[in-house]
Amino acid sequence: MEFWRKPLDADDIHITRGNVYVLDDRCKGCGYCIEFCPQKVLKASKGFNKKGYHYPEILKPKDCLNCHYCEIICPDFAIYSIAQVVAEKGSKNEVNK
Amino acid sequence: MKGRVRTGAHYWTGDIACAEGALAAGCMFFGGYPITPATEIAEHMSERLPEVLGTFIQMEDEIAAMAAILGASWAGAKSMTATSGPGFSLMMENLGLGICTETPCVVVNVQRPGPSTGLPTLGAQGDMMQARWGSHGHYEIIAMSPCSPQETFYQTIEAFNLSEIYRVPVLIMTDEIVGHMSEKVIVPDAKDIVILNRPKPKGKKENFKPYAAGRNGIPPMPSAGEGYNVHITGLTHDERGYPVMTPEAQVEMVQRIVDKIRNNCHDIIKTESHLLEDADIVVVSYGISSRTSLSAVYEARKCGIKAGLLRLITVWPFPCEEIRALAKRVKGFVTVEINLGQIHLEVERCSEGKAPAILVGHPGGTIITPDDVLKVLKEAF
Amino acid sequence: MQPDHPLNDLLRKDRIPHIWCSGCGIGTIFSACLNAIKASEIDLSKVVMVSGIGCSGRGAGYINVDSFHTTHGRAIPFATGMKLANPSLHVIVFSGDGDLFAIGGNHFIHAARRNIELTVICVNNLNYGMTGGQAAATTPNRAKTTTTPLGNPESPFNLPLLAYASGATYVARWTMLHTRDLTNSIKEALQKKGFSFIEALCPCPVNYGRRNKLRPLDVFKAYQQKSIVKNGANPIEIDADSDKGIIVGKFIDTERPTYTEMYNKIYRSKG
Ligand code: SF4
Ligand code: SF4
Ligand code: SF4
Repeated sequence: MEFWRKPLDADDIHITRGNVYVLDDRCKGCGYCIEFCPQKVLKASKGFNKKGYHYPEILKPKDCLNCHYCEIICPDFAIYSIAQVVAEKGSKNEVNK
Repeated sequence: MKGRVRTGAHYWTGDIACAEGALAAGCMFFGGYPITPATEIAEHMSERLPEVLGTFIQMEDEIAAMAAILGASWAGAKSMTATSGPGFSLMMENLGLGICTETPCVVVNVQRPGPSTGLPTLGAQGDMMQARWGSHGHYEIIAMSPCSPQETFYQTIEAFNLSEIYRVPVLIMTDEIVGHMSEKVIVPDAKDIVILNRPKPKGKKENFKPYAAGRNGIPPMPSAGEGYNVHITGLTHDERGYPVMTPEAQVEMVQRIVDKIRNNCHDIIKTESHLLEDADIVVVSYGISSRTSLSAVYEARKCGIKAGLLRLITVWPFPCEEIRALAKRVKGFVTVEINLGQIHLEVERCSEGKAPAILVGHPGGTIITPDDVLKVLKEAF
Repeated sequence: MQPDHPLNDLLRKDRIPHIWCSGCGIGTIFSACLNAIKASEIDLSKVVMVSGIGCSGRGAGYINVDSFHTTHGRAIPFATGMKLANPSLHVIVFSGDGDLFAIGGNHFIHAARRNIELTVICVNNLNYGMTGGQAAATTPNRAKTTTTPLGNPESPFNLPLLAYASGATYVARWTMLHTRDLTNSIKEALQKKGFSFIEALCPCPVNYGRRNKLRPLDVFKAYQQKSIVKNGANPIEIDADSDKGIIVGKFIDTERPTYTEMYNKIYRSKG
C-alpha cells in the first residue's frame, strides 16, 4: 500500500490479509459478494454449480484484505475469509483477526 | 408455603377441584384467558401456582394461551389452560401444533351451549365432536369427562399423567354444571397420588433424533436448554424433526402419532359399568348426564326394566370394543348427552346395526333429568 | 485443507442450502443473527430460537440450537411460555413482518407491554413472500402486490414506533446492508434484559421486488443512498420511505422491570 505521507504509526499497524474461500455448491449466484468486495477480488464464474448458479471465482486472491464483507453479506454461507498468518518483521508469527 | 396436595376433605366446585387436581399432578404453568364458566380455574391457579413456585400468566387471548402452554411444556414444565366453547374454538390451531409436535399439556373445556356465544352461564356437552376433530388433519386425541367435583380432581391428575406418557394434549371435557356445583372432595395423601412423567432421553446428545419412536411408539422428550439441539416443527417431519415434504414422510409421521394412541387404547380407555351384567337396555352417557342417567337406570330397575349404564370416563378414544360386544347381546342402546347427537353417532357406528340406539338429547342450557331418561327407557324397546 | 465456514458450528449443515431464493436478504440477516449469538458469548445450550410461519419463519430450521417452528403468528406467545417456564433460557424470536405484525400483531404488543425477556428480530421484506407476494401490514402505500394489483390503498405500520409505544425496552432498525450495525444491535439486545425489538429491512427480489421493478442491487443502492443513521431518534419521526429517506439506528435503549422480575417480587417474595 502506498501513502502520500508516511503515517506516524505505519510501523505498528499491519495490513490484514485473508484467504478467501468459496463453497461453490452453497452459492445461489446473487453476486452480492462480487459487487461489494472493496478489492474486487471476485468475479462470477463462467461455469455453473450443482444447482445451476454462477458462483464467485477468486480473481485476485492476494488482494483479499480479510474485511469479511463478502462473508457477512452472503445470504448463503457460501463465502468466507480466514485471516492469513503473516510473518512479522521480527520473528514470531501473528494472526490477524 | 402451602403445598401442592391439600390432603383432607373440602367443599369445592368442579372448577376448584380441577385446579387443585392440576397442582397435585405437578402442574407448573398455567396460561389462560377469562371466560365463563371456566374463569374460576384461572383465578384459583393465579393464587395457588406461585405458592408451589409455578407460573401463572393471563394471555391476550386463547390462541396465545394455547401457544404459551406448548412453549412452557417444551421448557420442561407440566402446563395447562382452561376455557369454554368460544375459547376452545380459538385453541384448535395450536392444539394441532401440540398434537403434531407431541407436546404434553392439558386443556380443560368447561362446556357451555353454542353455537357462538350461546348461553355463557349454562351447561352443555356440545363440543364433544370438536374435541375429537376440531383441529385440522387426522389425529387421535385423549378426552375425559368428569361427572362430579371429586371426579374432576382425579381426572385432572389422570389427564396430566396420560399427556405425559403418551406425549399428547389431553382434554378434560367438563361442563358448566359440574364446573360450578359444590360438593365434597376428598384429597388423599400425596404419597397415594400416582404421578407419571414424560419419558426422557438418555445417552448421546449429538445428532439426537427427537422423533425416533421409543417404548410404545413414544419418543423420549428433551427440554429446551438441555443441550440436545432439537428442531421441532408443525410441518410434517422425520425422526430428526426436520421438515420432509413428501407423502411418505406424512404416512410415517401421522401413522405413528395415531398408532401410539390406538395401540394403547386398552391402557387409556376407562369406563364404568352399572348393572350391565344382565342388562338388555344399555344407557351410554358421560359427564353430568351420566349422573342423571344412573338415577334413571335404578328407577327403571324398580319398574322391572333391565337397564344398565355404561359410563364413559374417557370419551376419546371411544370404547368401540365394549359397545360392539354389548350390541351382540342387548335389545338396544340409549345415549344421553346435552347435545343433539354426537357421542350417539359413535354408539350407532359401533353397534353395527346389531342393536338400535336412541338419543335422549338437548341442545343445552339445562340438564337431562332422570325422568327424561326413564320415560324413554319405559317406552323404547 | 480448506478451513470450515466460521458459522458452520451454529448451522444445521445437513439442511444447507436453505430454501431462501437467490438474492433474498433473509439469509444475510440470519447470518448477522448467528454472528451476534457468537459474539454475545452466551452458553449456546441456553439459546433457543422460535419462529412463526413464512419465509423468515424458516429461520429456526437452520440454527443448530434448540429451535421451534411454530404456527402462523404465534411464535411470540410460544416463546413467552417457554421463557417464563425456564427463565435461564435466552429466547430469540426470528420471524417476518406478516407473521409478527399482521396475524401476530396482538401477541407482539402484549409481549412488549409485559416486558417479557425476548429478543424479537423482524425481517421486514414489505410483503408475504412465501405465498407469492401479497400485501402485508408493512407494504408501502401504493406499492403493487398480487393482492393490490393497482397499488396498496393502505398505509404501513411504523414498526419501531409500534414497538416503542407498546413498551419495548430496546428498539432498533437497520437494513440488511448495515450488517455490522445489525449484528451489533442483536448482540446488545441478547445481552440486555427486557423485550428487545430489531427491525431488519430486507429485499424480497422474487416477489415484492419483481412487481415493483426493483432489482436487488437497486434496493441496495436505495439503502445506501437513502438511509440515514439517527441513533436515539424519536420513533415518531422515523420514516422508512424510499423517497423521504430510511431512518435507521438504535432508537430506544432503556430499562424497566421485566414480567419475571415483577412476578417474583409480587407473587414469590416470602410472605
Ligand atoms: S474478505 Fe473482503 S477483500 Fe476479501 S474477498 Fe471478501 S470482501 Fe473481498
Ligand atoms: S454472496 Fe454468496 S450466494 Fe451470492 S454470489 Fe456470493 S457466494 Fe454466491
Ligand atoms: S419469496 Fe421473497 S422473502 Fe421469500 S425467500 Fe424468496 S426472495 Fe426471500
